[in-house]
Order: sequence, then C-alpha cells, then structure tokens
Amino acid sequence: MPEITYLEAIRTALWEEMKRDERVFIIGEDIGRYGGAFGVTHGMLDEFGDKRIIETPISEPSIIGAAVGAALLGMRPIAEIMFMDFTLLTFDQLGNQAAKMHYMFGGKATVPMVVRMPSGSGTGAAAQHSQSLETLLMHMPGLKVVTPSTPYDAKGLLLTAIRDPNPVCFIEHKVLYKSKGEVPEGEYTIPFGVADVKREGKDLTIVTNGIMVQKSLAVAERLSGEGIEVEVVDPRTMVPLDKETIIESVKKTGKLLVVHEACETAGWAGEIMAVVSSSRAFDYLDAPMRRLTGKNVPIPYNRVLERAAVPQEEDIEREIRAILKGEY
Amino acid sequence: MEKEQKEELFQNRVERLNLSSDNLLEMYRTMCLIRQFELMADKLYALGKVHGTMHLSAGQEAVAVGLGRAVRLDDYLINHHRGHGHFITKNADINLMMAEFLGKEAGYCKGRGGSMHIADFSSHNLGANGIVGGGIPHSLGVGLGLQMQKSDQICISIFGDGASNEGVFHESLNMAALWKLPILYICENNKYGMSMDIERVSAKLPIAQRAEAYGIPWFYIDGNDLLTVYETARNAAEKIRSGAGPVFIETQTYRYFGHSKSDRNLYRTKEEIETWRNTKDPIKRFGSQLSESGLMTDTLAEEIDKEALSIIEAAVAFADASPDPDPSTVTEYVYA
Repeated sequence: MPEITYLEAIRTALWEEMKRDERVFIIGEDIGRYGGAFGVTHGMLDEFGDKRIIETPISEPSIIGAAVGAALLGMRPIAEIMFMDFTLLTFDQLGNQAAKMHYMFGGKATVPMVVRMPSGSGTGAAAQHSQSLETLLMHMPGLKVVTPSTPYDAKGLLLTAIRDPNPVCFIEHKVLYKSKGEVPEGEYTIPFGVADVKREGKDLTIVTNGIMVQKSLAVAERLSGEGIEVEVVDPRTMVPLDKETIIESVKKTGKLLVVHEACETAGWAGEIMAVVSSSRAFDYLDAPMRRLTGKNVPIPYNRVLERAAVPQEEDIEREIRAILKGEY
Repeated sequence: MEKEQKEELFQNRVERLNLSSDNLLEMYRTMCLIRQFELMADKLYALGKVHGTMHLSAGQEAVAVGLGRAVRLDDYLINHHRGHGHFITKNADINLMMAEFLGKEAGYCKGRGGSMHIADFSSHNLGANGIVGGGIPHSLGVGLGLQMQKSDQICISIFGDGASNEGVFHESLNMAALWKLPILYICENNKYGMSMDIERVSAKLPIAQRAEAYGIPWFYIDGNDLLTVYETARNAAEKIRSGAGPVFIETQTYRYFGHSKSDRNLYRTKEEIETWRNTKDPIKRFGSQLSESGLMTDTLAEEIDKEALSIIEAAVAFADASPDPDPSTVTEYVYA
C-alpha cells in the first residue's frame, strides 16, 4: 500500500469526492492560489475552478452560514475554517443554525455540510491559533465531531463526512499534516461511531484522539519492551461515540487513562470516565480512572512553555507507570 | 378634485402594473388573512393556550403581501422571527401553521419549532429564524447553489431593522455583491428592535443606504403601501433574475403588538401606536383605494374579513384536535 501524508490523504478525499459528486464544493479563506493556510487544497483551484473552490473574504460566520444555506438547497458544501480557534467566531451558525435545523424543523431540513478545522498546539502559534475545542462542539446535539489520527482514518472518515446528511466538524491536527501512513488507492469509507483499537494490550486502556494517539502509541511501544502492554483505543469520532469498544477494553484491562490535548476542565475525558463508571465495566476497574490532559491555560508561545501546556510522551509514560504501581 | 386625482393615480398604477381586479382582491384577502391570524394568535395567548413566545406582524401586512406577490412561489424564502405573514404569502396551509404555533404533532415542524421556526421545504420556505440576522448568511449559500444549478429562481432574505447592526449583515452583503448572487434583501423596518428605536442605535439612516457601500442598488420605501412594495419588489426580482446581482429594499412599516409576549410597550407612546393604526394602516389604505376605485364594496370587504376569520377559526379547531407530540419521540430528529 502506498504511504502518503495525513495532508495528502485529506486532499485526496476532497479531490475524489469533488470528481464523483458535482454538488460538492469548498468554501473558505485562501484556499485557491495560496492552496489553504496549510496547503490542503493546493492545486484544486486549477482542477475545479473558482466556482467550486470558492475563496471568501475574512468573514467566518458567513462562510459557515453560506454552507448552511447551500446544504439546505441540496448541495454538499465543505467549509474550511483556517484555524479551529476561528470557529468561535462562527458559533451562531454552527451551534444555533447548522446543529438545530433538522430538529427544529421537525426532520424536514437536512444540513449535509462539513466544516474542516485544523486544531492543536505544537507550532508556536500561541493562544489564538492552537486550541483543541472539540468538547464545545460535542456539547451541541446535531453536530457530529470527527478527530482523525492517521492518514488512513483521515481519508476514510472525510469521505463519510462529506456523504453524511448532517453537519460534521472535521478536526485535523495540524502537527499531523506531515505524518505518513499507508492509505489504499481508491475509494473506501470508515463508518462513524466505530472506534479503532490502534494497539491491543492487557494491562491498561488509553482512550485518546488526534495527535495524542500517536504519542500514546509511541509510549506503548516502548513500554512493551518491559512487558507492559497498553491498549490504545481511538474513538475516531467523538460524536457519535463508540461506547461499547471503550467499555469492553476497560473490562479487559481493568485500568483507564484518558489522554487529550484539550484542557482539563469539562474536557471529554470526564465524559469517557462517566461512560465507564456507569457501565458494567465499573466492576472490572482495579484502579481509579485517570485523565491526562492539556492544562487549564491558553497555549503559550514559548517552545518550552508550549510543550509544558499539553501532554508529552514522558507525561503519558509517567501516568501509565503511576496507575500500574498504584501511585495516584 | 384631489380625491379624483388619487383615484386616477391608483388606477394608472394598477394598469401600469397590469394587475387584474382578481389580483388586487386576492392581495387584499391575503392581508386580511394575515391580520386575522395575528389577532387570533394574540387571543390564544390571552386564553393561555400558547406555550411559548410569538412575534406578531399585525401592521406589516403590506410588506408580506406586496413582496410575496411580486416574486415567484418557487423562489426561496429565508424568513425572520416575525414571519407569519411571509409564510402565509407562500400559500402555507393555515391549519398546519396554526398547529405548529400551538406545538402540535400535526404542525409544519411537528411541534418542535413553534412560531419562530416554521419551515416548509416543499414550498421553498427555508425557515424562520430565532436569531436576529441568523438567516442572512444562509442566503449566500442558497444564492451560490442557485448559480451552480443554473437556476432562474432567486432567494429572498428577510430581516428586521435590528438585524442590520449584526456583523453577518455586512459580511453577507459584501459577498452577495461580490459574487452577483441572486438575492433580494428585504429589510422590514418596523422602527423597533425589541424596545430599541432604530434611530437610537444606528449612526446613519436609512438602513438601506448601507447597501451603497457594497455597490448594491437600494430603495427605501413606504412599506405600508401595498403597491409600492409590490412594484419595487417586482422590478427588483426581475433585475436579480436577469443576473444583475442583489437588490436591497428597506420597507418602512410598524408593528402594532409588542415585540413578544413579555412586552408592555414601555418604550413608545399609545399615541404613536394609534397614529399608525389610524392613519397608515396598510389594510385600511389598500381597502379604501379598492373601494374608491369601485373594485370593492363595503359588503365585499366585510365578507372577506369574515371569510378570513372563518379560515383562522377552522385552523384553531384543527390544531386543537391535533395531539401533542409523544414524549417518547423527544430525541428523534437530532440527526438525519
């Protein structure tokens, strides 16, 4: 299977779907000649023209609003919000409009749209260009929330997102753009609500998403040399959430660590713990459930501080060892 | 002499616009139907039958009907929260509207939306909106979609004076002009955004001249004169349909009832309301034009009003007979 980057996987999905379905178009800032702030749509203007690669003024609320209107008309808009942080500008359109329409119109309206949004820290972009805000989106019924961690997942999930009849927030971790992985040529889709066990293990379950999947896997590989086998569960879609796979994994290992880059307070780690503690997996727990998350701070600029604000591999390793030794 | 001149003007106008007496009477009927719907809504609220809130458009009927009859029924409508009248001009089923208003399963949105969220996709009514200005950017997407589909339909984007100070108003006007989108913007200026007089919160009026900044042709018109609204909107729709890009019309009008059910009218005088009711009422004005030109007798006017009331009463009976939604269905329709 050919290896391509996470970024190329996303572009390939966009490209193939625009070829397949003429209702699909992309709308956003600097997505044409510039190719998108991260280069995801590079080359697409030449291929598809400016009627389907629609470059906008810097007007994020109306970018999302336009996507909502086009979706109501039966088109398949994909909006690019340059940084996930800027979705905060669009919350009326995402939260009050896109998320609510199917329900408040009694099931008559469908809003088939995708909002792509690069998230996460690690690029020195500081407080307003580095956030992981998926919890905010998860809290609005009507939105689906997708957080791919590999090139394979990115392509398969994006194709599903574009074909889904609901508004889908597709959260791309910007540090993953250059990561490589095997991606088959041609079409395949990954269903929403199906977690992927990225690594099997018997000693402890990590539930994590986005870039933290990669970090957790690296730690798990190292610990394997010591005979510690960590299971890494990637929900892939936060909404809908595959609770069963998480519950089954915790039943097997008896220990749970939730890792996310998003800050701690009211973060989704709490949701996972609530799911587990109110399920049949509770009786299988051998240790308190723990979470390792971003600190409750804006992401700082300085490299040392930026690293300190979100979980690193050494933090994940320390937490795993602490849980296994009962030091909490 | 003066009266004769007026009659002549009205007649000339009717001829120029090529409107038959049937057209004119239908428009009058529809205005009466809207008025009766709003009066009934107010009455039902007083009777304690309305669970939620409502925003009544009594006094603004000429905007709804003048606009509604100037465009095509297959044009798309993006409505605001005070939208009963616009919905009626889309030839909505009054029974389903009333059932939605009363939160019943038989309503347009199965009782999930209520007065603020009535939509009917089969009649190209993309829904009313509870967020001031929230629907304005949707018209961009509808406009883009219509362009891509090479359709000759247009999108009518309706909002109030209050929405003109929202950011999406400016963003959307800019993009619509930039891309020459087929959008007819209707700013229904009823003077107040909730309690706030538009003159107290807008640096420069009329609102419509803001369109000038984006190169959009604009009109500031008497929204209580049916044929003025009709003619301006018809010309605009024709221009938009030809591919010339958006047009902006601000209609000056007035609402008789308060903003919503909590409103005690503390911000305006009774005299102001009475002056509008007595001297500028759109139904009375059009009615007397029809009478003076011999197109409508007093008897016919009474019949029309009675007929409107009976349609509304039948709708209430229909809604009353419809069950509430089943509580076990509360989580349906979150996702398609």
